[in-house]
Formats: sequence, C-alpha cells, structure tokens
Amino acid sequence: MPGLKKTPLYERHLQMKGKIIDFGGWLLPVEYGGIIEEVLHTRNKASLFDASHMGEILVEGPRAEDFLQKILTNDLGRLQDNGVMYSPACYPDGGTVDDILVYRYNRQRYLLVVNAANTEKDYNWFCAWLNPDVTIKNLSAAFALLALQGPDSPAILQQLTHVSLAGLKYYHFMPRVILAGAECMISRTGYTGEDGFEIFCPAQQAASLWDELFAAGNNNLELRPAGLGARDILRLEAALPLYGHELTREITPLEAGLARFVCFAKNTAFYGRETLARQHEEGLQQRLMGLVMLERGIPRAGYIVKKGEEEIGRVSSGSFCPSVGKSCALAFMHPQKVGEGDTVGVLIRQREYAARIVKIPFYRRG
Amino acid sequence: MHWHFPEDLKYTGKHEWVKMTDQNGKKTVLIGITDYAQDKLGKIVFVELPETGREVKPGESLAVIESVKAVSDVFSPVAGSVLEVNEGLFDTPELLNEDPYAAGWIVRLAIADEAEYAGLMSVSEYLTFVRQAEEEV
Repeated sequence: MPGLKKTPLYERHLQMKGKIIDFGGWLLPVEYGGIIEEVLHTRNKASLFDASHMGEILVEGPRAEDFLQKILTNDLGRLQDNGVMYSPACYPDGGTVDDILVYRYNRQRYLLVVNAANTEKDYNWFCAWLNPDVTIKNLSAAFALLALQGPDSPAILQQLTHVSLAGLKYYHFMPRVILAGAECMISRTGYTGEDGFEIFCPAQQAASLWDELFAAGNNNLELRPAGLGARDILRLEAALPLYGHELTREITPLEAGLARFVCFAKNTAFYGRETLARQHEEGLQQRLMGLVMLERGIPRAGYIVKKGEEEIGRVSSGSFCPSVGKSCALAFMHPQKVGEGDTVGVLIRQREYAARIVKIPFYRRG
Repeated sequence: MHWHFPEDLKYTGKHEWVKMTDQNGKKTVLIGITDYAQDKLGKIVFVELPETGREVKPGESLAVIESVKAVSDVFSPVAGSVLEVNEGLFDTPELLNEDPYAAGWIVRLAIADEAEYAGLMSVSEYLTFVRQAEEEV
C-alpha cells in the first residue's frame, strides 16, 4: 500500500496479529482479536494503544501564551506548569479548526497535541497568525504516542520507573521520565474514560518501550493491545468528541456541548469569540445529545432522527456499547424540539427504531 | 487457513453458503454466511431478516447484518421466494459467529431454477477465491 504512513510500532502490530487498516493515511490496527473484548478489557484491566499518528506541535517564545489565547477558546491563564488543558480552536465564524490538548512546560513553551488528520491544517492555521515573538515546530514525526489505559495502568507503568506516579494527578504531566532507557513525557490523560497515561516517547525507542510495558503487564496484570475499533467505542461511551463527527468546520464547540471549554470571560479576544457569544445569546439551533436505543438496531453516523413526522436531528457517532450493554449514539438535535427523557425514532434503512434521549456520558467509571 | 468450509455446500463470491435440501419432494435452499465472512465481520450484534413470502432475484439484498464494525448485506445467491427465516437470530445474532453453518443459518428459499444452484462455487473453488482475497490484503 504505497503512500501510507507507518508508526514506529507497525512491526509490533503485525507480530501481535493486529488487523491493519488505512486510517486517514495511517496503517494502524483496528483490532487484535475482538473489539468488544478489547473494550471490556480496557474497562476492567488495562490496554495499550498506539496513538503515534496524533500530531505534536511545539509553540514557544516570550509571547507564546498571548498567541495561544488568541487561537484557543479555553483560558490558558488557568493552566499551570506541567498542567494539561483541553481546548477547541475556532475559525472566526465559530466553526471548529480542531480540538487540542495543551501541555504547558512554562509560560513560554507549550506542546499542542492535535488530531492526526488535522496536523498540517492546524500548523498552517497557526502560522497564519504568528507574531515575531513566537515560533512553532511540527514535531509529530519525532514522537511515538503510547496510550496505557484502564484501572491497572498505574500498577503496570510504576514497574518501569522509580518516580512515584501517585503524585501525577489527572490532567498533569511529567516532562522527563526515563522509561525503558528512553526519555519520555508522561501525562495522566486519555481518550477512554478510564484512568491511564499517555506516554510520548522518541520514535526510535517506541518499540522497546512497547515491549517493556508488555513485560511489566504480564506480571499478573494481563496488559493487552487494543486497536482503533475499541478506542472509538470507549470514547463514544465516555461521550468524548471525535473531530470529523462531533466537531467539524461547520460545527461550533457550543453545539457540540463543549461550552465549559469556551471562556468568554478571558481577557484576550480569540477567534470565533463574537460568533460564539452571539450563538450563546440567541440559543442553539442544534445541540449534541445522547441516545440509547430502546429497540435492537445500531444507530450509525448520518442516520436521521425523527420525532413524529418531523426530522429533528442526525446521528454523529453510534455503536453497540458493551460497557452499557446497549446501542448508543451521539446526535445533533434541535434543543427547542426535544430534550432529555424524550422518546424519538432513529431511521435505520427506512424503518424507525425507538430511542430515548439520555444524559451523557453513557458510561462513567465507578 | 484457519477457517472451516464444509464440503457439501455451495459458495458465492460474497461469502455466503448455500445448501440444497429436499423437503417433501420440494427443492429448497438454506442460506448463511461462511466462517470466513463471520470472522472478517467480527462480533455480530444485529440481524435484519426478510418477510416470508418475499420474492427475490439473484443479487438482491436478502438480509442485513450489523457487526460492531460495519453494516453488510446478505445477497440472495439465487432467485426464489422466502419460505422461512431464522428467528433465533433476533435474540442471539451471535449464532452467526458461533455456528455459521448450522444454528446460524439465515433464510430458507424455495428455489426457482436449480441450474442457478449448480452454477455456484464448489468448496475447492471457494477456497481458491478466499486465498486470492487474502493475498490481496
């Protein structure tokens, strides 16, 4: 398959019998043996995911914070050194450029972790607004990203380092930890709704770190690899947005239910601010809500949602969700026409299947 | 290859199996998906079946199978009318994964033209077909 990119862990995926697919130009495993099993194993024990396709962009300079305050909707002023913050980035019309994790080393140096398919677009968007006191670098090729997720993650990762991981709180990171002989950055973050870590490792050393994690994970802890299929269901169950589905060039963060990451109170103007403030004031025409199917049938992206004869929304992501035991979907619906507790119909192959609007997330760890 | 393909069945390029049976002198065919198909689809979580009595043409969608990963059609390999559907699949769609050639059968058709059955792939032809499909991946 020419032109497709491989992560530094590609050979490992083949050895572990991963089913490889073309995921936006990347050759990555969709599963290693069973998506459902991988989801449940992540919830109950721990799984290792290759997220090396994600982009990493370094932003530094005396005015790095000012620059990011303009680009991002969340308030960077509330982010401390070694802290991580989630934020959308918007166009002036409120549409979403990307959703991003911001790592603050210090006030003049940040790492942005962006969606793989958006890396180049983001980089170009940022470049268009640079000031002379800020430089940005696309470091994506230098890093591998391993996501260790699930309740047994701390016990597994602790075996590879003397640094106490108990001190690493949710949405914080350690910039330099030696793991398997490699200098890595570890954050207590993830895309599954479970406790866990994301480990940024130099690309050349990723395979040996992968092996060491499995060696540690075999100590009564049963670490297993998990693929993109499980990752997608885990994030859906936790109602975490996926760019291209819940966020797009046309969808604003407010519509996607991310108002808490849009900070109108911050001192700086930011791209999209006026449009979003107006939308906030006038009310939304569509808003992301959760659906649980009451009948058998799988809601999938693009399916229409009806209330009586009227079309009131559209599914953005949907699947059978093993941690819930039901099929669930995220859907954009008209907030003046339906709300939580209402029964609606999802149109699946010309037939309507009943679903209930529920509070999200569908799954919350116990 | 670790998939199992019984010798007394006919096969299609869409990975269905077809079994000819004689019910009181009337020729009927049982249709299901192969072990290869169920393995590729992954865990099956929902099946939509046709109404009995429906007339189908070869290549027409007969049933819809939803796995965790994707939606796929089961196409009718022959012309005929639907005599019976496997209602057990409504509550236990995983029968398609666990027992694709017996408990996981999908529909029974009254076959219109037996020559169509004869024209389907034999097990050795299907094996070659699967091998080629695997080599292309």
